[in-house]
Amino acid sequence: MLTLGIDSGSTTTKGALFDGEKIVRTAILPTSANPKDSINKLYDMLYNEDVAYTVSTGYGRALLDHADTQITEITCHARGAAFLNPSIRAVVDIGGQDCKAVLLDSGLNVVDFIMNDKCAAGTGRFIEVMMRILEEDIGNIDQFVAGHQPINITSMCTVFAESEIVSLLAKGADKGDIALGIINSICRRTSFFAQKLNLTGDIFFSGGLAKFEIFRSTLQDYLQIPVHTSELSQYAGAIGAAVIGQNKAKRLRS
Amino acid sequence: MEIKKELPEIFNEFGEMRKKSFLAAYEMKQKNIPFIGTFCTYFPQEIALAMGACVVGLCSTSDETIPDAEKDLPRNLCPLIKSSYGFAKTDKCPYFYFSDLIVGETTCDGKKKMYEYLGEFKPVYTMELPNSQSPAALELWRKEIIKFKEKLESFFDVTITEEDIRKQVRIMNEVRRALKEFYSLCKLEPVPMLGQDMFKILYGAAYKFNKETLPGEIRALVAKIKAEYEENPNKYPKAPRILVTGCPIGGGAEKCVKAIEANGGHVVCFENCSGAKSCDREVDEINPDVYEAIAERYLSIGCSVMTPNPNRLELLGRLIDEYHIDAVVEVTLQACHTYNVETLGIKRFVTEKKGIPYMAVETDYSTADIGQLNTRMAAFIEML
Repeated sequence: MLTLGIDSGSTTTKGALFDGEKIVRTAILPTSANPKDSINKLYDMLYNEDVAYTVSTGYGRALLDHADTQITEITCHARGAAFLNPSIRAVVDIGGQDCKAVLLDSGLNVVDFIMNDKCAAGTGRFIEVMMRILEEDIGNIDQFVAGHQPINITSMCTVFAESEIVSLLAKGADKGDIALGIINSICRRTSFFAQKLNLTGDIFFSGGLAKFEIFRSTLQDYLQIPVHTSELSQYAGAIGAAVIGQNKAKRLRS
Repeated sequence: MEIKKELPEIFNEFGEMRKKSFLAAYEMKQKNIPFIGTFCTYFPQEIALAMGACVVGLCSTSDETIPDAEKDLPRNLCPLIKSSYGFAKTDKCPYFYFSDLIVGETTCDGKKKMYEYLGEFKPVYTMELPNSQSPAALELWRKEIIKFKEKLESFFDVTITEEDIRKQVRIMNEVRRALKEFYSLCKLEPVPMLGQDMFKILYGAAYKFNKETLPGEIRALVAKIKAEYEENPNKYPKAPRILVTGCPIGGGAEKCVKAIEANGGHVVCFENCSGAKSCDREVDEINPDVYEAIAERYLSIGCSVMTPNPNRLELLGRLIDEYHIDAVVEVTLQACHTYNVETLGIKRFVTEKKGIPYMAVETDYSTADIGQLNTRMAAFIEML
């Protein structure tokens, strides 16, 4: 029996098919100005007649009429992260428009969470905007900053940080040094934020930035706690939705 | 002094609803009833009621007048303070407009500084509320209550007798008892009404000006709800039972209650200003010193402006047990320092001492965060 999880995020829409043991297929699309189109398109890409149950999550979770149920991204990210790495006790997710930290108990249930959704500075959007000014592709960021010395970026606000970077460029600062400074800035802020929770065990890092080693290692340096990712980190929400879908479908059948 | 009886110049620009509430206030003013405008649960209502005045709440909860307020006040200030000041400045609130005297207390820093500016264009009297609940504080507050009575006597040229005050003490205690009977209905499981409906009644009761007939009206409503519940106790299916605490949550901040109930929870108890905080304790009717009795009752209110603030924990603990609370949601307003700082202590108390989940949300009167609020509340309730 297959279940489908779809995570409609602010930047990308992700989907995962789960057979009860492993993830059999994933897909990702940029979220368009019409998120309903994106979520339906992804559903059409992944759905087949073996799918017994569909769970939608993320900001656009209410937009999929085919979904059997909707669950928040907090619960889905936690479940997905715990599926990908059962040794973890917390999840830090840097999303396109928010940042969240979730604390799990030994049974991998959510016991506490915090969200920063008031400001773009602690989110993936911050990196996106800064890389645009540096005219660099975020896809190459690991190579781009390798061997560089970070320049301290002090502005807390995305808009002010942008003008700070423009003036650094005007002074002739190295673009790789600036980029590393930006990465330090967002990781430092994320670690202060996450430490509001009583973090003790290992952390799973999810969201689009988790696929870059430099973010994982910088975050780990600030948190002083082992930070794990997975090749499927970006799909954690969709995977969690599909995993929850299995439980729901089994309950329906029994 | 002459009380204010004319409608404001901008009356004709108002919408129908606002015109209606202006006209209701206008009619009362034609009967020579003075209006005392107040901001806070600490205001000793009995004293003003004893001179036959109408006590009106001026705490404003809409973001409509915030841009006007921000011309004078910092942006990074609590929305309740900005909204209230904005309504005073623009004459858009009938109660503000018709208030013959506005009474504030030295509660939080933002409010007491705002009163200084408000006093430049409205008649403002500020009572000195102590920031602790010690015996010396009680003595000061008792004196402040007497001073306030004397202020009313000279300002309105009236005499307020102890007998007048005692009568209002009895009336207001009766109002408190009736409101308590009303909100105690939500001890029932499953609930007989939604928290958002309960809140409307609690909030609206403050704007019922005939305090003598109010207990009867509330008790009739209690009887009606009880009868309906006996017919159909399962109108609302069982759901996690949530207690809401924190800042005053009328108007713009009611969105938090709606978000809890739209995402699978029931708010069964409000510890906030419009709820248990303002009804739980009564004024001692036996105490021969009526001023001391009133001072004791009001000073013991567990607001975060007090340091330390043990009475809030005492009340919270009792409500969590009595209402079989599954989780606590604290709603704070942006830049409300005392409540925001106190969230840590409340979180520790709720999770460690009472062993149930707790979440705090910081918000304002805008609708900008409704999507995020829904996600937070849904995730919190999924966790239970």
